[in-house]
Amino acid sequence: MGVALARSAQWTAARYGTRALETTPLNEAILEEIMMFVESFIYKHPQEAKYVFVEPLEWKTNLDPSAFESGYIVSETTVKSEEVDKDGQPLLFLSVPHIKIRSFGQLSRFLLTAKDTKLKEAQACIEANEGPVTKILGLDYNTMKEDTSVVNILDKITKEEDPASEIKMKLGKLLEQLDLHLLNHSLRHISLEIRLNPTIVKNDIELLKHFSGKGEQTVLESIDYTSDYEFSNGCRAPPWRQIHGEICYVLVKPHDVETLCITCSAEGVFLNGGKTNDEGEINYERKSEIYKDLVTFLKEKSAKFSENMSKQDVRFSEEWKKEKEEPKEAPKKEEAAAPRKALPASSKSMLEKNQINFGKSQMTKRLEPSLNWKATIDFKEHKSLLRDIQEEKRGGRLESKSAEKIEEMISESSSESEEDEEPPDHRQEANADLPSEYWQIQKLVKYLKGGNQTATVIALCSMKDFNLAQETCQLAIRDVGGLEVLINLLDTDEVKCKIGSLKILKEISHNPQIRRNIVDLGGLPILVNILDSPHKSLKCLAAETIANVAKFRRARRAVRRHGGITKLVALLDCAQNSGEPAQSSLYDARDVEVARCGALALWSCSKSYANKEAIRRAGGILLLAGLLKTSHENMLIPVVGTLQECASEENYRAAIKAERIIENLVKNLNSENEQLQEHCAMAIYQCAEDKETRDLVRLHGGLKPLASLLNNTDNKERLAAVTGAIWKCSISKENVTKFREYKAIETLVGLLTDQPEEVLVNVVGALGECCQEYENRVLVRKCGGIQPLVNLLVGINQTLLVNVTKAVGACAVEPESMMIIDRLDGVRLLWSLLKNPHPDVKASAAWALCPCIQNAKDAGEMVRSFVGGLELVVNLLKSDNKEVLASVCAAITNIAKDQENLAVITDHGVVPLLSKLANTNNDKLRRHLAEAISRCCMWGRNRVTFGEYKAVAPLVRYLKSNDANVHRATAQALYQLSEDADNCITMHENGAVKLLLDMVGSPDQDLQEAAAGCISNIRRLALATEKARYT
Amino acid sequence: FFLCKYYAFFKSLFKVCSHENVKKSEVECLLRVFHSLVEKANVRLNNFGLDRNAFRAILHSIFGMTDDMLMNRVFFAFDKDNDNCINAKEWVKGLSVFLRGTFEEKLKFCFEVYYLNGDGYISREEIFDMLKNSLHQQTSEEETDEGIKELVDITLKKMDYDNDGKISFADFEKAVKEERLLLEVFGPRLPEAKFSEPEEPA
Repeated sequence: MGVALARSAQWTAARYGTRALETTPLNEAILEEIMMFVESFIYKHPQEAKYVFVEPLEWKTNLDPSAFESGYIVSETTVKSEEVDKDGQPLLFLSVPHIKIRSFGQLSRFLLTAKDTKLKEAQACIEANEGPVTKILGLDYNTMKEDTSVVNILDKITKEEDPASEIKMKLGKLLEQLDLHLLNHSLRHISLEIRLNPTIVKNDIELLKHFSGKGEQTVLESIDYTSDYEFSNGCRAPPWRQIHGEICYVLVKPHDVETLCITCSAEGVFLNGGKTNDEGEINYERKSEIYKDLVTFLKEKSAKFSENMSKQDVRFSEEWKKEKEEPKEAPKKEEAAAPRKALPASSKSMLEKNQINFGKSQMTKRLEPSLNWKATIDFKEHKSLLRDIQEEKRGGRLESKSAEKIEEMISESSSESEEDEEPPDHRQEANADLPSEYWQIQKLVKYLKGGNQTATVIALCSMKDFNLAQETCQLAIRDVGGLEVLINLLDTDEVKCKIGSLKILKEISHNPQIRRNIVDLGGLPILVNILDSPHKSLKCLAAETIANVAKFRRARRAVRRHGGITKLVALLDCAQNSGEPAQSSLYDARDVEVARCGALALWSCSKSYANKEAIRRAGGILLLAGLLKTSHENMLIPVVGTLQECASEENYRAAIKAERIIENLVKNLNSENEQLQEHCAMAIYQCAEDKETRDLVRLHGGLKPLASLLNNTDNKERLAAVTGAIWKCSISKENVTKFREYKAIETLVGLLTDQPEEVLVNVVGALGECCQEYENRVLVRKCGGIQPLVNLLVGINQTLLVNVTKAVGACAVEPESMMIIDRLDGVRLLWSLLKNPHPDVKASAAWALCPCIQNAKDAGEMVRSFVGGLELVVNLLKSDNKEVLASVCAAITNIAKDQENLAVITDHGVVPLLSKLANTNNDKLRRHLAEAISRCCMWGRNRVTFGEYKAVAPLVRYLKSNDANVHRATAQALYQLSEDADNCITMHENGAVKLLLDMVGSPDQDLQEAAAGCISNIRRLALATEKARYT
Repeated sequence: FFLCKYYAFFKSLFKVCSHENVKKSEVECLLRVFHSLVEKANVRLNNFGLDRNAFRAILHSIFGMTDDMLMNRVFFAFDKDNDNCINAKEWVKGLSVFLRGTFEEKLKFCFEVYYLNGDGYISREEIFDMLKNSLHQQTSEEETDEGIKELVDITLKKMDYDNDGKISFADFEKAVKEERLLLEVFGPRLPEAKFSEPEEPA
C-alpha cells in the first residue's frame, strides 16, 4: 500500500469522523486504483514482491479458508502460505477471521483469490491498518506526519549502505508513483466537487425559497438575498468582493436558530460577520468553516432544517416513484441541489432531474397560500420545467429524454439567435380593460366551435378581417381558446376550413408566444401532415406557418421529429407535380409558390444543426441549387437564406462548391433586392473559408459587385455581410489584388469609423488580410487608416480585438507606419491587451507586438518603458494555450534582441519557463520556442541554465520534425547551446550529430550554417577531450 | 341510337360550348351521362330532361350535397328556361360551370343560387334562411335563432359594402374576390374540392 493511500484514506476518514471509508465515488476510485496496483505487482515486479514487510498487514477477512488453493497449507480454520521468510514464518497466515500478510506477492495472490469480494477486502485492509507504509518499510521510514512525502523516505533509504535497501528503494519508488497517481486522481475528483457557480447557488436559493415560510412544515422561516441587484454574470456580491470569488450574500432565518448571514462564494458556503449596521454593510470576514453548499451548511447549523429537509426528501421520493418506475433513482434532495457532485457527463442529467424536481415542487406547492410562486421564479424557467414534466407524463423515460436533451444542446448550432429566448408569457388579466376586439373575437370563436362548415367559414373569414398583426388580437384569439379550435380544424377533412384556419394561424404565428402555444398544443405534427396534401394552397399555407413557428429550437426539433424536413424538401421539387402542358404556366406559378414556401420553412428550420443535416440527407442541396437558377426574387431570398444558414457546415460548403452554387450566388449579388444581396454576401462569407471557393468567387466576377456594394452604407446588415464576404475573400492574395484594383481598400479604411461592431469586425479583418501586402500597407497608411485602427485597440469585443491586433501588426511591418503607431501609443495598447482574459486576443496581441518591436526605433528603450511589461510577457509562458505560447515565444525572441531587456527577462525566470515548454509536438510552438531559446542563450549563464533545466534533449528531437522552419530554428538554437560543453554531451548522447549532418546538406543556408556550427562545436569538444586524455 | 336522334342537337350544343373551356370529348361524355341518367330516371318522353327530384338525387349521390333547399336552388340555377326540367343543353352548360367554370362564371353561378326571389339581391331574410341550420342545436330554439341572427349580422357586416342591408352582385363579387373562401358563403353548392382544385383569384 502506498503513502498516498494512507493519506487519502485518513483524509477521508477524518472528514467523516469515523475510521471507516465511506462509499463515495472518490474512495471507490482510489480503492480500484490500489487494487490494480497490488494485483499486477506480482507480475510487474517479481523481485520486490518477495520483499518481506517489517510488520504484517492485519485485518478481519470474510474469506473462507477453502477458497485458497495450491501454494497454501489449508486446514479447517487456518491457512498458511508455503512461501516463508528467512525465519520460516509463513508470509500469509489466516486464522479465521484474522489474516496477516507480509509481502506484496502474497497480497497480490490474496486479492486474486478473493475475486468478487476483493473490493471489500481491500477496504477492510485499509481501514484496519493505519499507516500501511510503516508496516511495510518499517518504523524508521515512517516519519509520516501530514506533510511527509515519499521523497523523505527515499532520502533515508539512499543514505543507508545496506545492500537489501536496493529493493526497499525500488519499492519506495513504486509507492511514490502510486502516490502521485492517486493524488492526481483524487484531485480530479476534488476539483469537481467544490466549485460553486452563480447558477447553482441561485438554484439552491430559489429551491429553498419554495420551502420557506411560516409553519412547521417548512424548512426555513425565510431566506433572502441582501441585495436585489443581480449583475449580468449572476453574482450579487459587489464587484470588489467578486474578485474574491464571492457570489452573493444571503440572510437565512431558520426555525430554531438566529438569523444567519451567509456568504456564498466559489469556494463554498460560510458564515460571515453579518450586517454591521442598518445601512446594510456586511462584515465580509469568514466566521465559520467552508461548506460545500448551502444545504449542507444549513443542515449543520439548524437541526430543524435538516429534519424538515429529510421529510421533504421522502415526499419527493414518493412522487418520484409514482412518476417513474425506478425507485432506486429516488433523488435525494441534496443531490438535486448539488449537481456538481457528479462528473461532467452525468451532471447534465443530474441538472435535468434537478429541474424536474424543481418544477414538481412548484406543482405540489402551488395550492398552498403562503407561496407566491409566480413572483419568485422567473417565468422562462418555469415554463420549460412544466414542459419537461408534461413530456414526462406522456411516458417519455428520463434517461432517453435527458440523453436526447444533451444531444439537442450539442446539436444546436451557433446560428441560433436571441429569438430563442422564451419571452415572459403574460396572459391578459381577466378583469383588465379589454379591447372591443376581444369580445368580437370571442363571439367568432363561438361560431368556430359550434357552427357547421358554412358558419365556420364565415367566422374564419370575419376573423381574418381583424388586424391579426396586432398583439391584442393575437392574444385574444388564444385567450378565448381559439388556438385549440384552429388547430383542431386542421385535422378535419374540410379543405375550406383548413385554408381559413391556416390563413389565420399564419398571421398570428408571427407572435413568439403564439408560436410556443401552437407547439404546446401539438400543432406541428398536424401542420407537417398537411404538407402531404394534394392541395397546393394548403401546402403553401402550412409551410408558411411552419416557417413562422419554427423560429425557436423546440419547434424546429418537433418539425424534424415528425419528418417535416423531408416533406419540406420535397416541396422544393417543383418539377415533380407540374400538370398537363396546356396548363403548365398556371401550374408553374403555383409550384413556384409551393417551392418558395418550402424554402421559407426550411430557412427557419435550418437554424438547428440537426436540421441542416436532415436537409442534406433529404437531398435538399441539389434542389436548392436548382431553385437558385430561377429568377424569382422572392424565391431566391429564402433559398439563399437557407444556404447561408447551412453553409456553416463543412459538408454543405463542399456541396456548394460541387453544385456550382457560387456562380449563382455571385449572379444574385448583382440583383436589385437588398435582402437578396445581403444573404448572398452572407453565404459567400460562410463559404469562403476555403481557398477553392475564394477562387471561384473571383473567377465568376464576384469581387467587383462586392466592392461596389461597399459604397452603400445605409443598410447595416447588408454592409456587415458584404464586408464579411470581402474579409474572407481577401485571404487569397489574388483577390486582394483585385480589391485594390476596385479601390475597395480605400473604402474599407473609410468604414473604420462610425460603424456598428459587426461591420467593424469584418472591415478590420479584411484590412488585416490586405495589409499582408506591401502596396496595401502603404495605401492604408496614406488613407489615414492607422489612426482609427489604433483607436479600436481599446474596444471590448473579442473578435474585433483579434482582428484589430492582427491588422495593426500587419501595418507595423512598415517602419513608416510603425512610427505612426508608436506616436499614437499603439504599442502600449497592444501590450495591455496581453492582459485580456481571452486567449485568442492575447495571442493575437503578442503576434502583433513582434513586428512592432522589430521596426520601432529604439525598441529596447520603448519596451523597458512599459512598467511591468516584461514580467507580464514572461508570465504568459505559463499559459496552456499553444497559440498564446507560440506568440509569446515569438515576442520574447524580439524582446531578447536587446541585451538589457534580455537581462531583465532572464531575471524574471524566462529560462526555466522556456525549458519547461520544450516537450511539445506542436510545430508552430517548436519553431518559435527554438528561436526564443536561441536568442536567450546570448546572456550570461543562460546556455548552461537551459542545459540544467533539460531543454537540450527535447530540442534535438525537433530535428526529426517535418517542418523546415522548425529545423532552422532548432539548428540555430542548438548551435547557440553547443557553446557549452555539457550541452554538447547531451546533444551527442541524443544522437544530434547524425541529424545535424543531414541538415548540413539542406538548401537553406541559415540551416546549413547553424547545423555545421553546432557540429563543429561538438567536434571541437571531442578533440579537446582526446587531447586531454593523451597528453 | 341516341346519336342519330340527337345529331342535329349535338351540333348546336358544340357551338354553344365551343367558347367555353369544355372539350368536345367532354361534352360527349357529359351527354352520354345525361342520357343514361334520363333513362334511369324514367322521364317523360316529350321533354327529354331531368325533373327536380331526379336532379336532386344526382346532386346528392354524385356531388355529396345534402341541403335540400340549396339543391333546389342549384336546380333553378341550372334550369334557365324555368320549365322545371333540365334538358340536355342546360345540363351541359350547367355542368361546364359547375366543374370547369372560370372564377367569374362560378361567381355568377353562386350568386344566382343564393338569391331566391329573382330581385338580384340576397336579402337578410334569405341569408337567415340559408344559415338557419348552420349551428348545432343549442339548448333552446330561441338561442339558436339569436345565434344565427348574429351570424347574419356578421356576414352582412362583412359583405354588404354599400350598407343597404342586402347583398348585391357587386357586393358579392367584391367580397369573394377579396376572400376566395366566401364563394360558397351560404352553404356548399359547388362540387367539393375533392373534385376540383380551388383556385386563388389572380
